[in-house]
Amino acid sequence: MPEALLTLSGLDAHYGDFQALYGLDMSIGEGEVIAIIGANGAGKTTLMRSISGLLKNRADGVSYRGQAIGALRADQVAELGIALVPEGRQLFPSLSVEENLMIGGKVGRPGHWSLQTVYELFPILEERRHQASTSLSGGQQQMVAIGRALMANPDLILFDEISLGLAPVIIRQIYEALPGIVGQGMTAMIVEQDIAQALKVSSRVYCLQEGRISLEGATGDVTHDQITAAYFGMDA
Amino acid sequence: MSAATVTRSTRASRIAMVLGLLGLVVLAAAPWWAGRADLRLMGEIYLYLSLACLWNLMAGYAGLVSVGQQAYVGFGGYMLFALTVFAGLNPVVAILVGALLAAAISIPIATLIFRLKGAYFAIGTWVVAEVFRLSFAQIQALGGGSGSSLPVAVVKELGAKKAAREATSYWLALGAAVIVLFAVYFFLRSRRGLALTAIRDSEVAASGLGIDIWRTKLEVYVVTSAFTAIIGGLIFLQKLRISPDAAFSVNDWTAFVIFIVVIGGIGTLEGPIIGTLLFFALREVLADYGTIYLMVLGLVAIVVMLKAPKGVWGLIRDRYDLELFPLSYRVRQKD
Amino acid sequence: MIEWTGVIVQGVLLGGLYALFAAGLSLIFGVMRLVNIAHGDLIILAAYMGLTTTVMLGVHPFLALLIVMPVMAGLGYVLQRGILNQTLGDDILPPLLVTFGLSVIIQNALLETYTADPRKLDGGGIEVASIDMGGLAIGVLPLMTFLIAVAVIAGLQFIFYRTALGRGFRAVSDNQDIAQLMGLNKAHVFGLAMALALAVVAIAGILLGMRTSFDPAIGGGRLIFGFEAVIIGGLGNLWGTLAGGVILGVAQTIGAKIDPGFQILAGHIAFLIVLAVRPNGLLPRVEH
Repeated sequence: MPEALLTLSGLDAHYGDFQALYGLDMSIGEGEVIAIIGANGAGKTTLMRSISGLLKNRADGVSYRGQAIGALRADQVAELGIALVPEGRQLFPSLSVEENLMIGGKVGRPGHWSLQTVYELFPILEERRHQASTSLSGGQQQMVAIGRALMANPDLILFDEISLGLAPVIIRQIYEALPGIVGQGMTAMIVEQDIAQALKVSSRVYCLQEGRISLEGATGDVTHDQITAAYFGMDA
Repeated sequence: MSAATVTRSTRASRIAMVLGLLGLVVLAAAPWWAGRADLRLMGEIYLYLSLACLWNLMAGYAGLVSVGQQAYVGFGGYMLFALTVFAGLNPVVAILVGALLAAAISIPIATLIFRLKGAYFAIGTWVVAEVFRLSFAQIQALGGGSGSSLPVAVVKELGAKKAAREATSYWLALGAAVIVLFAVYFFLRSRRGLALTAIRDSEVAASGLGIDIWRTKLEVYVVTSAFTAIIGGLIFLQKLRISPDAAFSVNDWTAFVIFIVVIGGIGTLEGPIIGTLLFFALREVLADYGTIYLMVLGLVAIVVMLKAPKGVWGLIRDRYDLELFPLSYRVRQKD
Repeated sequence: MIEWTGVIVQGVLLGGLYALFAAGLSLIFGVMRLVNIAHGDLIILAAYMGLTTTVMLGVHPFLALLIVMPVMAGLGYVLQRGILNQTLGDDILPPLLVTFGLSVIIQNALLETYTADPRKLDGGGIEVASIDMGGLAIGVLPLMTFLIAVAVIAGLQFIFYRTALGRGFRAVSDNQDIAQLMGLNKAHVFGLAMALALAVVAIAGILLGMRTSFDPAIGGGRLIFGFEAVIIGGLGNLWGTLAGGVILGVAQTIGAKIDPGFQILAGHIAFLIVLAVRPNGLLPRVEH
């Protein structure tokens, strides 16, 4: 395995009295594409929120390039080069398409991605650059959300349910664009309910079940039955 | 298996009840044992306690944060003067009629300012108070901007001798405080009170339960306005002189009241009582330092709001699990 | 006829001052949903700072702005990060009560420092100067105030919709969590918004101080005027605050023309009428 970029050690997460994650251990190597799968409520989004700093943790619960970042604020985590494409896209409605992208570039890290390269990836966005982000279709909004995250030129990009609520043809388009994105030397974690899509682009997979890791392995090694068992929590 | 009972009262609350009644008897006898200055001070304490309880009911329970309750204090005061002088009513009757008028006028006001949300509602109430102040300043028959005094003939209706008048006005203040305290207490224990608590805890959930939020808030606003007008009438029955600036003072009738409630503990029944006692203790100590006193008060309120948002009573309650006015239910195991 | 035209022109120009009171209030509400009860007292604080600066350095009030504006902006930033950020959340009580406490502190600190005597800023004659426009005498200071208000609002509009700072304001206003993910520290962004609001407050305070005499107790009234202009104009619309200020100003001058004691009351009544017939204001928020 390549050198670890991100390490989770005994990561817990709580919402008030409710515990959503139980002692997760994970290690993501530089340049890897990891799929995180699991049923609704398994803790996938909580995991994304914990890594990106939206949910505060023990400092050493999450470490990135050897630095403990679990207790950092989300903006500090972003500055270190971790970007999240949030579930439900969550564009800024008061901002135009281009402004949404520009605010993604706020952290100002150098790299391949700029307005120009994002527009090359998703040409439709350039046509719509001055429109209100709310006037776009769901698929186009997802492109803005991905472009917005890319604009930060992150080293690690987290995708949270990017196919949710989109038409299959759009999902295919977005997943066709993914190799071009992660081909830029980026490490990626892909949270998906669409297991087939996730497995197609990833090299390793973790399955979450009720806040715990129920399966872990190289994509080629895990069998369909193993995934079904880990996903639903029953023996195949 | 042991049976459990659900009860509201606790040993502390029953002891508080008995002590409270004993204390009430002692306080009612004050005209025979207290000096004139003390009597005045105690009367003032009761009236502030009442204002604090009423404001707390609105802000702490109904979520109606008003910085314009001086509108009804002043209105009650002016109605006392107008109805005794022009309609020849007995002062106590005048105050009660004033309360009814305040309730009546508060309904159209509420329909207007309830359109403002949250903090904007607060400033809206202030505008209303300013409209009252400026309007009463226009009424020349009530002394216009410089105000007027209560005629001697009206004052004499409270008692022929000065001592008797002072005792009467003391008892009225004490009676008003007791009534307000119990009214607020029983209101909160009633179905409507529970609805209110539900609204405070979650408006969405409350409306899901079929509680008409707007109507419940309106009722609280109207009832509070009427009681506030009564207290206003009693305040100016003590002062015997009224002017627009004194009657509608935001500092005297709202700022102090807010500080009392915040420091004592907002959203609790005990808070206003503790807050009032602290407020007057602080005032007696720092009275010579006018502006400094107010700055200290503002600072204490800010610190309390940031560091202990449930106020002094909240700190005490968390530490000792006390409740003097039994509002919440407790589950008890029977042996 | 010409008399009434004069009254209306005066009212429009007065509206510029009220728009300046309102702009800061509108800005911070737009960015962080905070209503600052101490806003009016901060305007008066700025006027007193102008007084001290002009007296100590012997400069014109406009030059004093070079000191008062950055000082007020700095105060705004510190106030926001030190105190007000801690009050923001779902509960409306903490910000309301904390700024209310702040209002009382500022008022009494001014009283302690400057006494209750009314003071005025010496504008070196421009407060009495007027220009003749077709038989109408228009005060130079009110005219300047109005033009400054237009410039300030245009400037705020530019910052809000054309700069990275404004983009940050709008993003944080839309969704604090996601904005944070973009590397925006909301505590800092809120601090900057309050700094900008108090820079505008500084301008408003200096112009107010040249126009009329002031004392520590009048802050509450200025808060109310600003608030009325915001609500009349429509929440979250900067040009709306100018429209709201103008309507308030015209209502007041017409009221004063009828009876001097009726000036302020007429403004309040205009506000209540707008609230009754158009509760969302004349120019409600436009989404971009």
